[in-house]
Amino acid sequence: MSDTTAAETAPSTVAVTIDGVAVEAQPGELVIAAAERAGVHIPRFCYHERMSSVGMCRMCLVEIDSGRGPQLQASCMVPVSPQMVVNTTSDRTQRAQEGVLEMLLINHPLDCPVCDKGGECPLQDQTMAYGPGESRFVEEKRHFQKPIPISELVHLDRERCILCDRCTRFADEIAGDPLIDFTERGNQTQVLTFPGEPFSSYFSGNTVQICPVGALTAAPYRFKARPWDLAQTESTCTTCAVGCRVAVQSSRNELVRVLGVDIDPVNHGWLCDKGRFSYGALSSPGRVTRPLQARSGARAADLAEVEPMRNFEPSDWARALDAVANAVKTARPGAIAVLGGARGTNEDAYAWSKLARTVLGTNHVDAQLGDGLPAELVVGLGTATIDDACTADTTLLLCGDLREELPVLHLRLRGAAQAGTTRLVEISPTETGLTRDAAQSERCRGGEAASVLRDLLDGDGPLSDELAAGSVVVVLGRSSVAESADAVAEVTSIVADRVPHARFLVASRRGNVRGALDMGLAPGLLPGRSLITQPAPELAAAWGELPAEPGHDAAGILAAAAAGDIDVLFLLGADPLTDFPDSVMARLGVAGARTVVAVDTFLNQSTVEADIILPAAAFGEKSGTTTNVEGRVSALSELVTPPGSSRPDWMIAAELAMLCGADLGFVSVSEVTAEIAAVCETHAGAMGSPADADGVLVSGAAFEPALPPAHVAPARDAYSLRLVCSRKLYDGGVTVAQTPALASLRAETAMRVHPVDLERIGVESGSEVEVHSERGALRLPIVADAGVGRHNAVLAFPSPELDVGALIDATATVTDVRIETRVTPEPAS
Amino acid sequence: MSFFTEENRTLADEIIGRYPKRRSAMIPLLHVAQGQAGWVSPEAMVEIADLVDTTPAEVLGTCSFYEMFKREPVGKYLVNVCVTMSCALAGATELMEHAEERLGVRAGGTTPDGMFTLASAECQAACTEAPCLQVNYRYRYRVDADGFDQLIDELASGSLDDEIPPHGITARVRQHIPVDRAVGALPPESVDEQPVWLAAPAGNGAGAA
Repeated sequence: MSDTTAAETAPSTVAVTIDGVAVEAQPGELVIAAAERAGVHIPRFCYHERMSSVGMCRMCLVEIDSGRGPQLQASCMVPVSPQMVVNTTSDRTQRAQEGVLEMLLINHPLDCPVCDKGGECPLQDQTMAYGPGESRFVEEKRHFQKPIPISELVHLDRERCILCDRCTRFADEIAGDPLIDFTERGNQTQVLTFPGEPFSSYFSGNTVQICPVGALTAAPYRFKARPWDLAQTESTCTTCAVGCRVAVQSSRNELVRVLGVDIDPVNHGWLCDKGRFSYGALSSPGRVTRPLQARSGARAADLAEVEPMRNFEPSDWARALDAVANAVKTARPGAIAVLGGARGTNEDAYAWSKLARTVLGTNHVDAQLGDGLPAELVVGLGTATIDDACTADTTLLLCGDLREELPVLHLRLRGAAQAGTTRLVEISPTETGLTRDAAQSERCRGGEAASVLRDLLDGDGPLSDELAAGSVVVVLGRSSVAESADAVAEVTSIVADRVPHARFLVASRRGNVRGALDMGLAPGLLPGRSLITQPAPELAAAWGELPAEPGHDAAGILAAAAAGDIDVLFLLGADPLTDFPDSVMARLGVAGARTVVAVDTFLNQSTVEADIILPAAAFGEKSGTTTNVEGRVSALSELVTPPGSSRPDWMIAAELAMLCGADLGFVSVSEVTAEIAAVCETHAGAMGSPADADGVLVSGAAFEPALPPAHVAPARDAYSLRLVCSRKLYDGGVTVAQTPALASLRAETAMRVHPVDLERIGVESGSEVEVHSERGALRLPIVADAGVGRHNAVLAFPSPELDVGALIDATATVTDVRIETRVTPEPAS
Repeated sequence: MSFFTEENRTLADEIIGRYPKRRSAMIPLLHVAQGQAGWVSPEAMVEIADLVDTTPAEVLGTCSFYEMFKREPVGKYLVNVCVTMSCALAGATELMEHAEERLGVRAGGTTPDGMFTLASAECQAACTEAPCLQVNYRYRYRVDADGFDQLIDELASGSLDDEIPPHGITARVRQHIPVDRAVGALPPESVDEQPVWLAAPAGNGAGAA
């Protein structure tokens, strides 16, 4: 443990005695924490090492002698002092523990046999270990209606609650969503929400995990399993790119629960609700569990509207892969493309990268769907870790709303700002979840963050001095997909020029996007964070000759497909119709490819148009490694068998290679891992021991990225608003749609505009308008939001009902929209 | 749609301005809300949350801790009859029975005309004057049945309006500190030195016997 070494080497430690053993504690350390490190467990309910101490439950009373004789004190509230003597097992301590437990159980219903927490309940366990064994309380217990839903995901049983303040403290201190609080007082004290305002925090599931009794239960897990029947493995969440460490639990070969595991460098034990609950999608009825082939003359989207599966007839792996191999063999040279791969493991990405380059003979590969940053920048620029961002003197946020995109990174940065370990400076087109905690927050027009940054650096405000003096981390991301990536990338040049010591944390969103790019799923990259123009000798030896022709990125691939130049388009867990910003181009591209092969877990907007669908194994069904936003490689574990005949992506690549007369050279996932370690110098040390809970940070790239040239700020049109397409955690993607617990949490899409702009246009907040861009038009409600920067019009992307992408032209730098108040009637069909 | 009247909204802003953190104004604003409506409605809590930059749940948490903030409408006059020991010995039970009969409601109830809410109360610290009661927290001492009837008649006729304001008004004189005379409060994080009462006396450091 790093804490222990710190205590040993720190110049000043505090000598205390705990249960007769001399312990060197750190100055300011709480007695309960010092005892824990010394191997002495003091029972507790309210104390949590990631939150402030409150001394609510009194369970951690121990005898502490600070020089005035032994006294019972709450060890979670008392910092160590020199020569302190602590006794955690004395008769008085035991009497106190018995008394506290008897008192806590006065109103507790003792309904353990029907309680989800039974078997893993601290109250139950500590009552057995430290309790008096019986109660003198013979009166009627206090009763409440049980349980009441305090949100769609969390149920509250107030009878079981012992008022430890963990959930309410978490909601306030950690999540920043104090939507639950103690109400009433005395015997009637209870945790409640405000009537009609549910606990709709993105982090609500954490309260269930830290509840030391069965008071809070998660709706998706209620009565699903008993703790002692669960199989468990440690893994890494791949819902977004933060890479939170998780414990995955299953019952009868079905995932039933995901819990956060506390690791220092990443998630501190917390998870977002999407990461915690989206396992529900894996067993949803929409799951593709066997190969499917389009019925002849299919790709009929009209059928798909009603019953997508009717487009397809069940197939088997032999026939389906044969069909794919035939399509590959008959394709023109350079007319094969692979889109996606960011949802799989590093091994999946490596296998497909190798397949594409060595068997399919194409460089048209892209794991990003035109919604990220240039791959060379993501791989070559990102050297800062999450910890770096949380401890830098200044952390400059030039990214989307992290609460919506990378929720646990949001928690870490919020915590750092609250603790004062870093100073957040934000430039964004609209207020974000971190605006309240930022020392400085500036609004910009969509796509013009660079010019605001330049103004700030040129101005005589304090920012330029602070950036010049201290350490700086820039969190760089795409705050809107309605502007080109170049507009974002421009800031890298400004930062490199003006704040050369700044380091970057590139906030790519999607699951394993960083790993996919590291493994070469980008037109210009090869595995091991190297450029295609400079293959490492080990890789060149292993892979042989590489395709000479330069590749297209996602936009290029779709444009080529639309032009009829792509014969086989592989969609690796990719849904360009939903995720590619320009939906018109995506639709033309997917329709224009001669054969579309989807490797996916679900039918989505794009895969319903496919000719062949190969069922892929998902999270929890395959092992391997994943790489998070900071480049940390950690292990994924297989806990359940994939449904039907689904297979991991790497295996599909290997089999397809075989049918094409080639051999990728691996037959097990560990062989793929070993090959990555062998051919990627950067990953040599990481792949050997990714099973460490903390993972292994892979730092550095084999090249220095060329910084993009400064781009010309687009002309402003006084009559238009700048379209900003920002992300929502519960978005229009397939994961949320297929997760029963989350699907209903998706918000309705409305365009948000600053009230002054709304008044200028002469529209009432809440009215329906028609929004026109150069590309298309949409009809939608518009609402006033003072958090939106002037001249911006914010829409969520992808949105469950609206085809927001119809407004966006992927080739344009920015998208301006006009608001028409006169709604044209629907054309009669 | 706002809960506070224009006048009270101005007052709220002035109160908020007195504190380095807006949240500190929560309880004073609850008083203003109760003063305006006689009780604290959910709408008032939502608006206060907005004004002091927190969530309605936290306002409810604070509001519900204090028994004197009423979260249900009460009558113009809240009559708290003390039922604790000294008063009980001096006839509070009979007084309460009489009060229930006179007002036509049980303890805890409000008369249909919205004039009176009758409530039993714990010791009001006037044991030498038992039995006692409070009307909107203004004392009445050694109350007997006749005295109670007379009090109710006077309240109903309005002749006590000067003495007893409607429920929710804590005081008719409000302290007003002009901005230029306000001492001002520093936000806690900008105060560097330790408060004097926390400074340890010399020679009494931690670990000293």
